[in-house]
Amino acid sequence: MIHILTRDLRLAIRAGGGFGLALAFFLILVVLVPFGIGPDATLLEIVAPGILWVGALLASLLSLDRIFATDHEDGSLELLATAPLPLEVLVATKAAAHWLTTGLPLTLAAPVLGILLNLPAGGHFWLTMSLLIGTPALSMIGAFGAALTVGLKRGGLLLSLLVLPLYVPTLIFGADAVRRGIDGFGPQTPLTILAGITLGTLALLPFAGAGALRVNLR
Amino acid sequence: MSFWEYANPRRFMAVTDRVVGPSFVLAGVLITTGLIWGFFFTPDDFRQGSTVKIIYLHVPSAMMAINIWIMMLVTSLVWLIRRHHVSALAAKAAAPIGVTMTLIALFTGAVWGQPMWGTYWAWDPRLTSFLILFLFYLGYMALWAAIEDPDTAADLTSILCLVGSVFALLSRYAVNFWNQGLHQGASLSLDKEENISDVFWFPLLACIAGFILLFIALVLLRTRTEIRARRLHAITLRERSA
Amino acid sequence: MPDLGAYAFEVSLAYAGSLLALGIVIWASVARAARVRRTLDEAEKRWSNKNG
Repeated sequence: MIHILTRDLRLAIRAGGGFGLALAFFLILVVLVPFGIGPDATLLEIVAPGILWVGALLASLLSLDRIFATDHEDGSLELLATAPLPLEVLVATKAAAHWLTTGLPLTLAAPVLGILLNLPAGGHFWLTMSLLIGTPALSMIGAFGAALTVGLKRGGLLLSLLVLPLYVPTLIFGADAVRRGIDGFGPQTPLTILAGITLGTLALLPFAGAGALRVNLR
Repeated sequence: MSFWEYANPRRFMAVTDRVVGPSFVLAGVLITTGLIWGFFFTPDDFRQGSTVKIIYLHVPSAMMAINIWIMMLVTSLVWLIRRHHVSALAAKAAAPIGVTMTLIALFTGAVWGQPMWGTYWAWDPRLTSFLILFLFYLGYMALWAAIEDPDTAADLTSILCLVGSVFALLSRYAVNFWNQGLHQGASLSLDKEENISDVFWFPLLACIAGFILLFIALVLLRTRTEIRARRLHAITLRERSA
Repeated sequence: MPDLGAYAFEVSLAYAGSLLALGIVIWASVARAARVRRTLDEAEKRWSNKNG
């Protein structure tokens, strides 16, 4: 399990692994938003939590199809499936690797990018917290979606269509926590629910993902 | 004789052959009666004017949009647990009808919302949930369309339907938390106080029954088509290999 | 025609749109059913001729 994790991490960091891609995409998105809605600081302040969350969500979507597709192409997925490691653990490990290479860097980058969007001072802490709690759910849901579409030749676009509706609850509670944090309305409630969603997906989706992988490898 | 006998495609075809026609006719009669009754012979609401007549389309389609998803969830479970092909095909057949119902509910709601709330669309919890439900239907149908092998497609879409149901429910509560709405509460509760008045209730009931029957007729017809398409696929494969 | 008052356009638009959508889904289902049935009958005939 640790071996798969380190192997995935090494593959991602090497050239063409898409490690920096998600971060660069996130940066560009945040830069583009003011061009779209104008440089008005008060307006940016209002939309900043939502934009940062949507940006992080889209950026983590970018590398989803690589979770299983590359392993499927070169046949290593079959090997991993026949290994003594349960498929459920494999799915969870893959999701963890995806989180470490996208979710975690995005979380760390978000407060810095928040400055560009004039995120109020009180928001930085809650933004980091909510992303830290919420992005594992994004990776886990994404791994499930990737497991569903692994056998398809053009799975990328379909994957986004399948996964994005599943992201709705995470996005709602995540962005709401930041907004409440800024306004001082007790962001603990949405954060707790967000943590519940993350733990729930971590507990259940490895089984659904492993089921989908078994069907696809049949 | 057990219910599972109908899972045999041959038996299913034989029975539904006799059911499809009559349910279409009955659905047509009920919907026509309900709509004509509602459109021509019910009074206008004292606040909403004639827009209240939209209820005869809005409520039944919204009910069906949700219930069709639940039916797909049940048939998906039956497929995953008991491997009856008819069940998986029924879920596939139901999805496009569900999408149509969701669209009708959203469309009539928008047209009704404009004069009543002054806007076609508001990010109200009920409206938003329906939009999300619409996206779930789209994803489900896209996954069916994308996979070539029918059994793989049935398995994967069933898993998606299961996971999607959990997330759809979760989204329902999430959007409730996120925004308080404009939409009124339930039109049809057992609580007499909350309920709409009898004048509107009977034609509405006819429309609801009609929509349910129309769905049954359509889903049986479409399932029959899917079974035939599957058989056609098998024959072409055999011809090619022969 | 009943008097729809100020909202005549909205009400008729809702009815027309909904009936159109229902019509489309019914028509598509029936058309596909007929097409599949026809091609299946042809294929069955071919198949039984060749093997019969």
